[in-house]
Amino acid sequence: MSLANRAALGAFALIGAIVVVLLAGFGWAAGWLGTGRTSGGDITAALEANNGGVEPGYRRAHAKGLCFTGDFAANGRGSSLSTASALRSGTYPVLGRFSLGGGNPLAGDGRNVFHSMALLLKTPDGQEWRMALDHTPIFPVADVPAFLALQRATTPDPKTGKPDPAVLQPFLAAHPEVKAFQAYMAKAVLPSSFANATYYSINAFRFTDAAGATRFVRWQFVPEAPLAGLDKQHLDQLPRDALFQEMLARTAKAPSHWHLQLVEANPGDVTDRATAAWQGPHRSIDAGTLTIRAVRPEETGACRDLNFDPTILPAGIAVSDDPLLAARSKAYSSSFTRRAGEGPHPSAVGEDLAKEKQQ
Amino acid sequence: MSRASPDFHPALRLLHWLMAALVLAMLFIGVFMVSTSGPAYVTLLGLHRPIGIAILALVLLRLPLRLATGAPALPEDLAPAQKQIAWGSHVLLYATLVTLPLIGWGMLSAGGYPVRLCSGIVLPPILPHDLALYAVLRAAHTAIALAFFALILLHLAAALMHGLVRRDGVLRSMTTGHRRPPAPPTANDDKAEENATLPT
Repeated sequence: MSLANRAALGAFALIGAIVVVLLAGFGWAAGWLGTGRTSGGDITAALEANNGGVEPGYRRAHAKGLCFTGDFAANGRGSSLSTASALRSGTYPVLGRFSLGGGNPLAGDGRNVFHSMALLLKTPDGQEWRMALDHTPIFPVADVPAFLALQRATTPDPKTGKPDPAVLQPFLAAHPEVKAFQAYMAKAVLPSSFANATYYSINAFRFTDAAGATRFVRWQFVPEAPLAGLDKQHLDQLPRDALFQEMLARTAKAPSHWHLQLVEANPGDVTDRATAAWQGPHRSIDAGTLTIRAVRPEETGACRDLNFDPTILPAGIAVSDDPLLAARSKAYSSSFTRRAGEGPHPSAVGEDLAKEKQQ
Repeated sequence: MSRASPDFHPALRLLHWLMAALVLAMLFIGVFMVSTSGPAYVTLLGLHRPIGIAILALVLLRLPLRLATGAPALPEDLAPAQKQIAWGSHVLLYATLVTLPLIGWGMLSAGGYPVRLCSGIVLPPILPHDLALYAVLRAAHTAIALAFFALILLHLAAALMHGLVRRDGVLRSMTTGHRRPPAPPTANDDKAEENATLPT
């Protein structure tokens, strides 16, 4: 072989090697090579499996919902914790969604599951603060592996309609935080209305004030309507859409109000695990009043086609080191993309209203 | 437009390598972030948007510069088909540099998402909020990005073929340039610059 040919061969080999290294690096980055990474699709798939299959066009969790609009009147006191424009004195439009936990969009309301409120708070400077809040101050699991394991362990057995004890029991034994959450849910008041529940941020967030000081904050919307509970012994006797119908009827008569309480972490409070409640007295600021003035079914409301990703935050508020936040963001995004491609489907409340019109 | 100098305009070369770094980083960030639900997702998504918009701004600067200053002629002995492939692949590269960030921006607009660049800056939507449109653009964003990476690998392999196998000066025209350019047949802008720096 001539020297020139040999040099050319070497050059070809080098070029090939460079291309292969780039391809391999790309494959690694994309997660095609190697294992162990959990994508948003994996979480979404676990939710779908737990639900007994895909409900096309609906959110993979909190599938049953109702849109609302209103406003948030900030009193300016929240500015002591964060520069977020939504906390500056003023009234800002709000849109959002009430929902119940679970992936079945037509499930009955008589279930001891999350009652939830999602919010989108927009200020004139274009900043958005999106939230996805639950009526419990804590979450059953702290991280992605535990969330996936929870979905698997609580997937109903097609034969019995209940989770397989052979799977569930070892899971609960390994996850005392889930047991603690179940005990809390069994004991806690299950709100009788969307309007009388307190909604919690679940995760801690990092607030930055005008001086650049950062603090960890959890927040909650505390209702003006006094809390009353559903009769947990007779949940199965509730009409399918009782809570949603109650909210429609209530809002037709008068708006509902909540106060945004910003709760500052004490030294030593857990900020990276949503399973841990903050115990004892805390400095808390009433930052303003949320008023919900109108509710609409998802067909005509503005909430259905939005992703209430809790990591979409205004300047002055950032995510904490709680791993659930990124997982919620990615899983919501995967669910959003899937249902976007599937197209919208009727909501339970929309069905009710259509039936009423026919009669 | 053909260029008298054997090298690309120095500003074009600078933009090429700056954008090469940004685009490669973007492709790796993009495929990594969609593969994970870990904390890196939020961090990488926060990088993906501003870098994408930076690439769009840079290509809008670069394309007119490229059209105004031209490209050096390809070697005489290159087959016409190869010259056509070279031309077509560069059109595709430029087209993707413009469209991929626009699709990203448009996709977020159609999904009802704010296009947040950094803490204080949110870009306006460029498309109506429409989930069916979002679904199409979201799929297109991935498909075009993967095809773009393949095209970039071909572009790189071809450049290295020119530089290491053919040694015909094509690679150098986008890197260090030719040290002693052949005497230009007509006045050219490089010469004007050189003259300007010479003591008189």
